[in-house]
Amino acid sequence: MPLDWAYVAVFALVGAGMAALPLGLVWLLAPRSQYPQKRIAYESGIIPFGEAWSQFHVRYYLFGLAFLLFDIEVIYIYPWAVVLRELGGFAFVEMLIFLGVLGVGLAYAWKKGALEWA
Amino acid sequence: MGLGGFLGSVWQVELVRMVVLAAVVFTFLAVGGPLFLVLAERKISAWIQARVGPKHVGPHGLLQTVADTLKLLYKENIVPHRADVVLFSVAPVLVAVAALLDWVVIPFAPGWVVRDLNVGILYFAAVSSLTVIGIVTGGWASNNKYSLLGGLRSAAQMVSYELPLAFSLLLVATVTGTLSTVRIVEAQPYPAYLYPSVGVAAVVFLVAATAETNRIPFDLPEAEAELVAGYFSEYTPMRFALFQLGEYGSLLASSALFTTLFLGGWKGPFSLPWLGPVGNGLVWFLLKTYAVVFFLMWVRWTYPRFRIDQLLGLSWKVLLPVSMVNLLVAGGLVVIVR
Repeated sequence: MPLDWAYVAVFALVGAGMAALPLGLVWLLAPRSQYPQKRIAYESGIIPFGEAWSQFHVRYYLFGLAFLLFDIEVIYIYPWAVVLRELGGFAFVEMLIFLGVLGVGLAYAWKKGALEWA
Repeated sequence: MGLGGFLGSVWQVELVRMVVLAAVVFTFLAVGGPLFLVLAERKISAWIQARVGPKHVGPHGLLQTVADTLKLLYKENIVPHRADVVLFSVAPVLVAVAALLDWVVIPFAPGWVVRDLNVGILYFAAVSSLTVIGIVTGGWASNNKYSLLGGLRSAAQMVSYELPLAFSLLLVATVTGTLSTVRIVEAQPYPAYLYPSVGVAAVVFLVAATAETNRIPFDLPEAEAELVAGYFSEYTPMRFALFQLGEYGSLLASSALFTTLFLGGWKGPFSLPWLGPVGNGLVWFLLKTYAVVFFLMWVRWTYPRFRIDQLLGLSWKVLLPVSMVNLLVAGGLVVIVR
């Protein structure tokens, strides 16, 4: 089991190394221009005004909350899915109730307008 | 003798194996992903729109992406002067690594899987969603309004479509009673009474995977008509290429997972005796995977882009309720028949 995750770790490290390799090549090979305008943010060619890092409306805030809720529920369903065959009818009825509650939650969020992009 | 002594202990052999496998899979990802798929995409789009497409570099333009990649090596990396340098540099690497990690659990042929994790599809769901972190980081770190908007849209879109995708994975887990990708392939073909449920899950998976990989009709994070190029507006050649690697890599990985879950993975309707089990498995697996990729490209060049409220509505108001009910139906059938 730890060996599995050692593989994942090595994949992440080797992947990062191999992804960084062409960046190193670019650093070695590519010419550098001294033209200062090259570092201005490209916003359709006009000189940008104001910062992008100002206050902005996080429109997906409610979606984020709903996602957090549902994603945790989904994690609970994974073990259920694996052992359903052994546990049988009882586990099924339990999941019926669980997803029922979840469904009511979704219906509530829907009714409240949390699922509108506004 | 020196090498034998060095490789003597078990963990060193294992370490070498890990590094070599990682390098091989990464190379496959780079060549079978962007290098081939960008050309395929351009040729297919040209064919669909009755154009010729790339034609001049190599026979029938076959070397076009190779030439483009070489060209990118000779272009300067520019960091915008108000950007967050560290995050700006890390984001593309993170996206590429996320695409590579997907491949740890994909079975290519019987016995040909990097690691058959016992939590296989849960792991896939986890690492494939790392992409969104890279994209949001890149959009934020650029300090460009269009990049930021692209990154924010991407966050909303990708978290929304994660749920239908997870429910499709759950349905497969319910039907097969395992999360291991290898055992899911072995459990196929599914029993006939489950076809409707599995079919619905497959369609939901395909739609959600298109959205997760930010492709038309769900490519709002980089909608070029309104956001310049979305979250990678500020990225110059090689870093942009890493985003492409991530994008096409996860497209390929999603298609491979679709093949594994719904199309029988390495299994084929017939096998050629002279190829052996591994050869046959590999051929069928790659054929099916690239067929799914072709289908997704066909969709891309046929449909227009969704509006963001339609996009989120489709996920939360259609796909999510449908896949919840579908999971219960499949669970009930499994319990009744078992």
